[in-house]
Amino acid sequence: MKISLNWLREFVELPESAEELRTVLDDLGLVVEGVEHVGQGLEDVVVARVDEIREIEGADRIRLVVVDAGHGPLEIVCGASNFAVGDHVPLAPVGAVLPGGFTISERTVRGVVSHGMLCSPRELEMNDDHQGLMVLDQLIEPRVGEGLVVALKITPDVIFDISVEGNRPDAWCVEGVARDLATRLRRTLRSPTLATTNSMTESASFAGAAIDDPDLCGRLTVSVLREVKVTASPSWVAQRLQSSGMRPISNVVDASNLVMLELGQPTHPYDAAQVAQRTLRARRARPGETLTTLDGVERQLAKSGRGLGDTGEDLVIVDGDDRVLGLAGIMGGASSEISASTTDVLLEAAYFDPMTIARSSKRHALRSEASNRFERGVDPQLALRAVARYVEILRESVPELQWLANPLDVRGTIPTPPSLELRRSDVGRLLGVEIAIDDVLAILGGLGFSVVQKKDYLEVTAPGSRLDVRAGSEGRADVIEEIARLYGYRRLPRHNPAWPELGGLDDRQRLRRHLREVVVDAGALEAWTPSLGSDADFDLLLRDQARVRVTNPLAADESVLRATQITGLVRAWAKNYERGLGDVILVEFGVVFTHPGATSDPRMTKGGVGGKLILALPRENERVTIVLARQDDDASSAVALWSVVARRLGLDDVVVRSVTEAPRGLHPTRAAALVDRTSGALLGHVGEVDAELVDAVTSGSPLRRLGLIDLDFDALADPHQATRAPAAVRVPSRFPSAVLDLAFVTPQRVNAGDLAHTLRQASDLVEEVTLFDVYHGPTLAEGTRSLAFNVRLSSVDRTLNENEVTRCRALLIELAGSLGAVLR
Amino acid sequence: MSTSPLAHLAQQVTDLLTSIAALSTLEELRDAEASLTGKRSPLASLQKSLGALEPEARKAAGAELQEARRVVETALDGQRALLARAARQSSLEADRLDLGDVVVGDVRWPLSVGHPGLISLTQRELEDVFVGMGFTVADGPEVESDWYNFEALNIPPAHPARGLWDSFYVDLGEPETVVLRTHTSPTQIHLMERAVADDSLPIHSVMPGRCFRRDTPDASHLYSFHQIEGLVVDRGITFGDLAGVIETFTRAYFGPDISSRLRPGYFPFTEPSAEFEVTCTICRGSGCRTCSSTGWLELGGCGMLDPAVLKAVGVDGEEWSGFAFGFGIDRCALMRHQVSDLRALIENDVRFLGQFS
Ligand SMILES: [Zn+2]
Repeated sequence: MKISLNWLREFVELPESAEELRTVLDDLGLVVEGVEHVGQGLEDVVVARVDEIREIEGADRIRLVVVDAGHGPLEIVCGASNFAVGDHVPLAPVGAVLPGGFTISERTVRGVVSHGMLCSPRELEMNDDHQGLMVLDQLIEPRVGEGLVVALKITPDVIFDISVEGNRPDAWCVEGVARDLATRLRRTLRSPTLATTNSMTESASFAGAAIDDPDLCGRLTVSVLREVKVTASPSWVAQRLQSSGMRPISNVVDASNLVMLELGQPTHPYDAAQVAQRTLRARRARPGETLTTLDGVERQLAKSGRGLGDTGEDLVIVDGDDRVLGLAGIMGGASSEISASTTDVLLEAAYFDPMTIARSSKRHALRSEASNRFERGVDPQLALRAVARYVEILRESVPELQWLANPLDVRGTIPTPPSLELRRSDVGRLLGVEIAIDDVLAILGGLGFSVVQKKDYLEVTAPGSRLDVRAGSEGRADVIEEIARLYGYRRLPRHNPAWPELGGLDDRQRLRRHLREVVVDAGALEAWTPSLGSDADFDLLLRDQARVRVTNPLAADESVLRATQITGLVRAWAKNYERGLGDVILVEFGVVFTHPGATSDPRMTKGGVGGKLILALPRENERVTIVLARQDDDASSAVALWSVVARRLGLDDVVVRSVTEAPRGLHPTRAAALVDRTSGALLGHVGEVDAELVDAVTSGSPLRRLGLIDLDFDALADPHQATRAPAAVRVPSRFPSAVLDLAFVTPQRVNAGDLAHTLRQASDLVEEVTLFDVYHGPTLAEGTRSLAFNVRLSSVDRTLNENEVTRCRALLIELAGSLGAVLR
Repeated sequence: MSTSPLAHLAQQVTDLLTSIAALSTLEELRDAEASLTGKRSPLASLQKSLGALEPEARKAAGAELQEARRVVETALDGQRALLARAARQSSLEADRLDLGDVVVGDVRWPLSVGHPGLISLTQRELEDVFVGMGFTVADGPEVESDWYNFEALNIPPAHPARGLWDSFYVDLGEPETVVLRTHTSPTQIHLMERAVADDSLPIHSVMPGRCFRRDTPDASHLYSFHQIEGLVVDRGITFGDLAGVIETFTRAYFGPDISSRLRPGYFPFTEPSAEFEVTCTICRGSGCRTCSSTGWLELGGCGMLDPAVLKAVGVDGEEWSGFAFGFGIDRCALMRHQVSDLRALIENDVRFLGQFS
């Protein structure tokens, strides 16, 4: 919200320095996002009359304009075309310095000398308009040669761009901001001059007002203004509007906008001649009704929206013939708009239910300065005070204006400001410091709260401008926030709390860190790939599976939640490969999602209005996916990396077991499941990326094998699934070990890990069993291979004798035999 | 009357189909293509012979030939797919490797240097600071119901405040009941509900995690980002404690010459609410372009838990009070490493990934 310092000064005495004031505003939570200095640097600009416009040969965008600024004809090259001979425009003569420090000098364009510059509003930093020159005849009665500052009656000003928070309905106007400042600075807040009715004629004899739906419209006042003449506004009004970023239109409309900016009450002027029976009525729109709003769009009314809790209700203002005039509090229709011939005005000043306005405005994607204020909550008591201010302003351009007696004032349901019991201890309990009662009273009084001192507490009632203040304990927090805010957050002492409970990570979090360290130590770079992808990417691996879809994606290729990290990671690798940087290991730690309909185990949680529904949410699975893409990496490298991970994580007995049906994304004949032998749980898969996937995500598929490990972190972090080695370790024997090399011809269906595991069980003497060679060859029977193990035997209390070793060897061979493995 | 050039078409098609079925490799198919459907095929010669016919007859014969060609081409495509499947199958078979047989000791493992990601690195540093201050760490889901993401946080349906969070809605349940969480705050609700259920208050936790907002990506916005949120629910907790915790964290993480300050703000789930700013890490407070000459950078939001939130989760506000704070992990990372464009984080360029130690 743009707010003028001069305007603020009319309400409260303020420090000279704009910088100082900015700090105060920031500290009040009225954060200043920008500061603009108006009317500075315009001292050299004068009013000039256009006497002649000539084409320049060979130029179609620029023309030669002859102007007179009181010292005879001056030739100026100009690119704008929104003016004619006889118009008055601002001239920056040679030597002038414009706002922003730009100095005007003589220059030659297409062989023509230009003796100055004719200016647009933006070049003068008056507003953002740069469509053409600032034609002064539309604003004032210009006099040639007069300084622009004098001609436009510009007073140097500072404009603050203030960001107003959602819980400050009162701060959407000059008076509201001034009230904060007055309270903080302990100054008096001045009230603006207000008019009174000046006609003996009763309003009711001329106009009507009614509320059909009191729940949506809390108050409807209709004032009758007669003998109106629609003209331009006085220049101070135009300037005030411009300083707030609004465009002056006519005195009748401008006064309405000015009052809104000043006091926060939107009002709406209707041409009484266009309102049947001169009656305004507020009611719910009916399904099927339409309205063409001032922006020229035809709106379907009372059509229920998509959003949760949107009932589709619209509040409309209709006339005596039940014709829809406008969307209440948001935007009027064209039919009853003020025109040059308007002489009688019905001025509506109302209170509308904030939620109704908010929903309507959202549903129709229609925001206006008025809806902005109504949806935050306009003071229900403000309406007629705002009208009095409106009349005071309009009267300046229309002295004969008649404001009929007893404006119509119909009431619906108006929220009553809650009364709160504020104990002194409440403030200290929340803020951690006692605030002197005098300070509390000064703050609340300054903000318009009414305070009654009772024996043990203060009875505090919020003003109508503070509809954000709630009842009960919530309201107490609201009031204490106001006390703290005006007292100054920075004055509140800081304190370091202490508690006996220890901080720390849980087992799962420690495991995640540990796993990350292990994988990074092994040489992986951690990547972060998108959680949202395209249908096409999803289809690459899971064509027929239900997917979790976003209803309002930013782009079609970001509309589906990923069900695997493999695709994203391969894609990330491919991009690097194309840069010639593909010799890497990439790892991602992240979450993948399964549609609740595609899992037997959806996440059930409460949702909907009041949390009354039970919703099935996607199953979320944290995964750790590793792509090994260095030269010569393949499934074997992935198995090797897994063995490092398993050892470092203390996963003692996880078997790498080939699978007949590899999950999509894995090479179908080079994939294995990682199965915890004790629990039987599947901890993930290891293998290679399916070449078809690599082909699909790369352009001109490079022939490179990509090793892949895809771990289910949820399973790894669950001690019932991933069995960790016992904490007790084996101290190696001080006696020498005996080492046996045993090669077994083993059926292909027997897993080498299973065989090693079996061999380990042979005797307490077995210290370690390691696979060291695998041989396939023509000498072996079909469907078998030779597995060579290195078996280390030892005893903690003696050197093994030959007999013991022989016995043990026999036992090992016998056990291997039980699995169909025959000593070679 | 001369014989139609198409008199033997049916037989010719049958012959072609037989040859197609006999193709046994993709190479054979490629070699035979020209003689089956291409320039050297019988169909092509028939096409040429049509030129001699009367226009009427030519049209009819042309259509007949067209249909024959379609049949042959379909058969060829079918055979190609069949052979491709077989080729893939046999190459997969040739490729078969029993991963249980991998001899780990034989795997060549060139030295490569790994690096943790910038976000996880930053998250770890932040967690460590808070753990040192006595906080535990809690994780939460990324898809939430509107109850956890909004309503329990005092943001009722259709409330304008929901507009503050540009949400991605998920196509499940009633419209707008399921969202990609827009902040880590729903984890607060889960924690408090759980603590109430198993009577384990107090809570002193930080909650890091990925969040989503419907922001068009640019140098300072990504649609997904990371936040860390803090929650304290205990007896006698005050706004002064909140300010103290923020200050302690600021100095511990950014360094002793960086301090914090609070100014009034608005969040539906806290009251009083505050924005917290830290000394500009670029100019150390003297004023520069990054901080718009103020010497301060906005980092996050915080406040005392709103009584409405405590009610929603069933915490007795007479006995317990608390505060929450939250800020962007990504933003901290950017500040510390002077990354000017957030998009570098998701591009996964290994030249970027390889810089974080
Ligand atoms: Zn700075």
